[in-house]
Amino acid sequence: MLIKLEKIEKVYEIGAVQVPALRGIHLNVDKNEYIAIMGPSGSGKSTLMNIIGCLDTPSGGEYLLNQHNVSTMDDDQLAEIRNREIGFVFQTFNLLPRATALHNVELPMIYNGTASALRRQMAEEALEKVGLADRMHHKPNELSGGQRQRVAIARALVNRPSIILADEPTGNLDSRTGDEIMEIFEGLHEQGNTIILVTHEEYIAEHSNRIIRLRDGLIERDESVH
Amino acid sequence: MRILIYMWEGIRIAYDALRSYKMRSILTTLGIVIGVTTVITIVALIQGLNGAFSKEISSIGTDTVYIQKFPWVMKEDDWLKYRNRPNLTLEESDQIRAASRLAIAVAPQIGTARTVKFEEKSVEQVIITGTTADYLLTSNANPEYGRFFSENDVNTNRRVCVLGYEVADKLFGQSDPLGRRITIGGRKFRVIGVLDKKGSFFGWNMDVLAIIPIGAFRSAFGAQRRSIEIEVKLASPDQIEEAEYELTGLMRHIRKLTPGKENNFAINKQSMLLDTYNQLTGTLWAVAIGVGAISLLVGGIGIMNILLVSVTERTREIGIRKALGARKSDILWQFLIEAMMICALGVLIGILLAVGIAKLVAATTPVPAAITWWVAILGLFFVVAIGLFFGIYPASKAARLNPIEALRYE
Repeated sequence: MLIKLEKIEKVYEIGAVQVPALRGIHLNVDKNEYIAIMGPSGSGKSTLMNIIGCLDTPSGGEYLLNQHNVSTMDDDQLAEIRNREIGFVFQTFNLLPRATALHNVELPMIYNGTASALRRQMAEEALEKVGLADRMHHKPNELSGGQRQRVAIARALVNRPSIILADEPTGNLDSRTGDEIMEIFEGLHEQGNTIILVTHEEYIAEHSNRIIRLRDGLIERDESVH
Repeated sequence: MRILIYMWEGIRIAYDALRSYKMRSILTTLGIVIGVTTVITIVALIQGLNGAFSKEISSIGTDTVYIQKFPWVMKEDDWLKYRNRPNLTLEESDQIRAASRLAIAVAPQIGTARTVKFEEKSVEQVIITGTTADYLLTSNANPEYGRFFSENDVNTNRRVCVLGYEVADKLFGQSDPLGRRITIGGRKFRVIGVLDKKGSFFGWNMDVLAIIPIGAFRSAFGAQRRSIEIEVKLASPDQIEEAEYELTGLMRHIRKLTPGKENNFAINKQSMLLDTYNQLTGTLWAVAIGVGAISLLVGGIGIMNILLVSVTERTREIGIRKALGARKSDILWQFLIEAMMICALGVLIGILLAVGIAKLVAATTPVPAAITWWVAILGLFFVVAIGLFFGIYPASKAARLNPIEALRYE
């Protein structure tokens, strides 16, 4: 079991009002699953994704990631878990604008102390995998949207994380480029990676093997796709 | 290893940031630049002055005291107070010479400026000093050739003179001046010696002088209404204080001053000039420290300000880095390194400017200014510490950012 969520709750305090975002989520994810999380806005899917991504901690319940109890970790421990276990792909790419593609991909390895020669080699390999061998020394503003997202995927892959967590990865791309990106995810899944995708597009979600639908902070439906 | 890797990353980020905002970075360093330039320049001037001053002052022996009407160092109104003091006389000098136990030589001196002529050639504004044979000892006035005048020359008021190097050179050139008759202020004197080259003392050319016996001086130029000064040489510099005490006692005795009456003469010594000089440079130090401290404070606040702007501008970047595994301390150091690099940049610019100013001063004025590298290096460490101090608030603000909110920041 890669991910085990037990009765996960998250309550936001806005002034004196307590707003429940998650109201007891149970979820198990095995290695090499390809999951899509769906739901209307306000359903809690962003909150769930932040918790799975260890960017946030739950108010209640227990989260085991790769046998680590993440729910009780402090900020620095969470940073280390994010670095080792999670590869993020964001809707807005979130690359460093002043750094080259290569340096962007090297970033996660800087924070786990990989020596620079090895770092460079691994970053180059990751960029080759997403088909950007000839764009390594370009900065994000010299790349198209699709190319930027590929850099972000290379960056997510490079530390060999347990999960690749993609938040609306095609949201800022035209449909043809979006399809290309989804093909990359499919390839990654075939190579044995675990992928969790957050999306509100049905046709994107259909790329996955399992769709989890959220509503009002609870899992409404959890279904396999064939 | 890990620490080196993200320190290097920090330096790289800071370098990128400084390069991307060149103008802003340079303006930010301005306070630091001004502070560093001021301090290093003033220290360079002080060091230069120290060197020059100790060279100049060494011609006043540390084993010599001067009995004079006025002290060397006076406050504004002192001159009015002291001008009614009785003049020092040749007789007093003789009495001191006879009675002093510590003095090895006592030379009364009186001076004026006259034109010195030989045949068609003349030198104007020559310092004419009337003194005794003891001057040879008190002033190290060993003639380069010829001889100094003897006690006999002095006692018989013989019209002989010893010329300074430059006067002899201008009047006689290559020919032998010894035995020649020259006129000093219209009176005839015979040259018996020429002094070796002395150089200058606080801009005063000590080679344009003629020394004659004090009695001859009085009869030639009159001296009844002017005060002489008495130069007293001791066996060793250690005796200065003892001698000051002895000479004060002797003078009071000679002048029959009853207890309770103030001294109506002054005992001068080299250390008085040194004390005054040290006061002067003390003021310079205070200015350096004051200006330095204020501009470093202003510079530090400027750096804090620009870093706060930088943290806000790069909120999203901080979010990305945190999502990818940067810990609080990684982000903290990133901004601290940036602060220190801005400071280091300021110090480097400041040092370059100070070197330029020092060179300019040395080239255009007689004040030698020497950059002392320990000051520059000390400055670098100090200012980097300032960067740390003023950087810590913006840096910890950045480190504490919530990654989710930072990622959402537009």
